[in-house]
Amino acid sequence: MTAVITVPTSLDDQTFEQVLEQLAQLPSDEKILIDARYTAWSSPYGLTALLALAQTLSEKPMLRVPEKDDTSSYWSRANFFKYAGELYELHGNVPPSRPAGEAGGLLEVTPVSRSDDVHTVVERIEKKAAAIITQNLHLESRAVMGFAMSLSEACQNIVEHAGRGGWVAVQNYNYRKRMGRHVVQIAVCDAGVGIRQSLESGNRRPLSDRWDDGQALETAVIQGTSRFPDPGRGQGFKGIRGYLRKWEGKLMVRSGTARVTEVPVWDDDVARRDRLAPMPGTQLLIMIPEKVDR
Amino acid sequence: MVRHTIDVCAVLRSAVNQTYGNLLTRPTGMAVRHQIERELAAVREGGITSLDFSSIGMMDYSCADEVVAKLLVLLENEDPTRGGFVVFRGIGEDHLELVESVLTNHGLALVCVCEDGSPQLIGAVSTAERRAWEMVRSHGCAAPAELADAFGFGEDFVAEVLDALSRRRLVRRGSGGYLALVAADTVQ
Repeated sequence: MTAVITVPTSLDDQTFEQVLEQLAQLPSDEKILIDARYTAWSSPYGLTALLALAQTLSEKPMLRVPEKDDTSSYWSRANFFKYAGELYELHGNVPPSRPAGEAGGLLEVTPVSRSDDVHTVVERIEKKAAAIITQNLHLESRAVMGFAMSLSEACQNIVEHAGRGGWVAVQNYNYRKRMGRHVVQIAVCDAGVGIRQSLESGNRRPLSDRWDDGQALETAVIQGTSRFPDPGRGQGFKGIRGYLRKWEGKLMVRSGTARVTEVPVWDDDVARRDRLAPMPGTQLLIMIPEKVDR
Repeated sequence: MVRHTIDVCAVLRSAVNQTYGNLLTRPTGMAVRHQIERELAAVREGGITSLDFSSIGMMDYSCADEVVAKLLVLLENEDPTRGGFVVFRGIGEDHLELVESVLTNHGLALVCVCEDGSPQLIGAVSTAERRAWEMVRSHGCAAPAELADAFGFGEDFVAEVLDALSRRRLVRRGSGGYLALVAADTVQ
């Protein structure tokens, strides 16, 4: 028996929850078909989260690729199928792979498992990011350093804490759904141990009665606590949050059954959501919007 | 006074055997710091070493924490009568905020020669420490008694503040008073 999970037509960090909700109702050993035939658009978060999701399943799942040529072609240019081919049985018309860099964005889906990968990611994106941040987002050139720092720290989270590799993707696009402005989105997803287990492994759980994924996320993301007792550790999230506050950006971190968000004024997300459908690992989203004169 | 310069970008390239000039990731920072520590150990007692960041491109918190903060913690924990002094150069506007944040997190401070050549004290310092440091810098060398009037507090208080700066290796203690690491007339 194969259970079919329908992927929404527009796949982002919010709608990906629908995928997880469908999955949560199934036995863990169920054969899964992820049906993305009618998916017309995916954010970098959607693509990287789909890859991480496949890693969490006991049996290799099937994936029906988008029927729309534009969509499947973009997923191909974004290198999604390059990695999805190893994790999913792909069904449908998979466009031939294209050379890296043809996605027209900033960084195609890229695996991250070692420190060297973080260097590679930042170097590949450095020049393009500088142009897009200053020309498309109209931010000052000093915003480029914080962008690189945020990307690096987000990727290092996988290397330092996940216990297994993950993926990063960066894209700039017009975010019509919420504000009609250009945004740059960084998505970093893994299916590793997750934040709660990471803190527990270093005996860094705070002394409180309540302890769940939401509390663990607040401890790590808001209070800057890491599994390492060293006072210099755990400052990456603090740095990312400070950078995003300055440029009105958004940070969302999901782990286990909860997500916490630094909500900028232009967004209507909520600061914390608990009791979500479970997903192992940590999934992180950064959005930096185009600056507009008020 | 012996002055010695360490090009942090050259150290980076040699320590991690790569061609890039970005200070990224904790393991990279650790490798760079270990090499800087070895080079500092070879510098003569009391010498001033300039750590030159001018060829560094991108930087992140984790790497800055290793290269800047942990190096300073190590120096602060050394016997205050021994060891050398470190001055940072080439920390651009882009890096400054990040470095300051790392320093503040550890309660540390450093002397930095800015792009315009002016020395600055950055990081976690009290108002009295900053004021005393500025006075020593403008004098080049000063004893507590010389600064007490201008400071508006007694000589003992000024001596205490200067001692604290000396322990933090932000000024040098000499036979005639406290010396600036980078006096206005010695900036290269």
